[in-house]
Amino acid sequence: MKYLCLVYSDENTLHSLPDSPHDSECNAYAEKVQGSGRMLAAEALQPVSTATTIRVRSGKLSITDGPFAETKEQLAGFYLVEAHDLNEAMQIAAGIPAARVGSVEVRPVRQLGV
Amino acid sequence: MANTITLARQISELYQRDSRKVLATLIRLLGDFDLAEEALHEAFHAALKQWPQDGIPANPCAWLVSAGRFKAIDQLRKTARLTALPDETLAQLTAAETPDSEPIADDQLRLIFTCCHPSLANDAQLALTLREVCGLTTEQIAGAFLTSPTTVAQRIVRAKGKIRDAGIPYEVPAPAELPQRLDNVLQVIYLLFNEGYSASLGPQLLDSSLSDEAIRLGRLMLQLLPDAETAGLLALMLLQHARRGARISASGELVLLPQQDRSLWQHNEIAEGSELVQWALRTRRIGPYTLQAAIAALHCEAAAAEQTDWQEICGLYNLLLQADPSPVIALNRAVAIAMRDGPAAGLALIDALEQQGELSRYHLLYAAKADLLRRLGLNTAALQAYQQALLCCKQAPEQRFLQQQIDTLRAATT
Repeated sequence: MKYLCLVYSDENTLHSLPDSPHDSECNAYAEKVQGSGRMLAAEALQPVSTATTIRVRSGKLSITDGPFAETKEQLAGFYLVEAHDLNEAMQIAAGIPAARVGSVEVRPVRQLGV
Repeated sequence: MANTITLARQISELYQRDSRKVLATLIRLLGDFDLAEEALHEAFHAALKQWPQDGIPANPCAWLVSAGRFKAIDQLRKTARLTALPDETLAQLTAAETPDSEPIADDQLRLIFTCCHPSLANDAQLALTLREVCGLTTEQIAGAFLTSPTTVAQRIVRAKGKIRDAGIPYEVPAPAELPQRLDNVLQVIYLLFNEGYSASLGPQLLDSSLSDEAIRLGRLMLQLLPDAETAGLLALMLLQHARRGARISASGELVLLPQQDRSLWQHNEIAEGSELVQWALRTRRIGPYTLQAAIAALHCEAAAAEQTDWQEICGLYNLLLQADPSPVIALNRAVAIAMRDGPAAGLALIDALEQQGELSRYHLLYAAKADLLRRLGLNTAALQAYQQALLCCKQAPEQRFLQQQIDTLRAATT
């Protein structure tokens, strides 16, 4: 099964808390997951101030600045992994260094009925 | 005819005793809760038809697993033909070699760990465990939690949906995750027990069927996966449950520990609980359940309330507070210290806890404070604290108890 691990954290403190991971640590973990053969993709994101939100309503395009919603914690990055089951995906998620200061939401990927 | 009746009774006993074991193995073999439940009923149905002619097989559980599995495959074949779609499950099931149909202990553990998976909502974990592991009906579960069968059924359907869609595995967790996941299972069992021990809402104080189920689960867990904290939890439940007959007076009123008639306690259950505590303590892997059980054992072993070993109890509370620094435990420790060193010492600790604010809606904080104030002769302040306790209390027998304390104090002060 594919799982998307969404990494959320408070952008303002993500890099400045005593437990905050250094980029090199994040990189090393991504390489480790890559090496285990379970990684499909993983990226860190620019802050939400760089976000643009698109909506199409009744064929009409609306473009707004910022994220889709103001939240206390923001999406900071993701891992898309191939795992045998939720327990394995949870294990991978628990190892993501940013989990120490933020949260990781683990979501199974839905197979579209095509 | 007489034989048929005896046989029907034997099958019914087998259902009571072993249907959950058979179900657990069927879930593993079929990979689906609903399919397995249907297969279980089909298997017992087949037994009722066939055993009167052929006699009871040598290994009835293995017979039932095997019959259930074949019934499920038949069912899947029919569905596959109707929908004319290639069915992966069916292909996998029939491709697999005939599996060993002997139900194994690991399947029951798998079932427990799956029902108590932390990614399921708390109330779903409770409902699913009662339904699948204990075999209670939706109506029985609804009755125990004072909710409607529809609500319980929805919870169970949603939980099963999540197990399927999120890929919650049917397995005993790996050794690295086991301690944490076991904690979660024990927590579910203890929640269940407490729901029975002191129903948090409503008119009744005791619902012993939920407590009985929790104790049964505790015994099963200890048998399947012997662990110090599992023994500690079972001991704690047995020791608390042993006092049930003395906690309520004939007129339905709450009786506190010092006033309880100790001859009404179940002394065989106390002995069993105490033995389990000793075993858990000897393992030297001492956790919060074992410490709480050790405290309960000291209470139960005192021949009279005045003979309680408060010195030892305070020592255990110190350890417990280190292992689990929660305000409720700090409150209980304060009460024990008041018993050892006098009400003023306990009151100082309770005042500090009240300042922290976490227990500001907890009726037992004010009830404990009121009791200590009264023992110090500060009746007006005690009265006030009892009134605060009554405001926070949601359970009828406890409300009546608090009202009675208020009336007694009022009579004494006027």
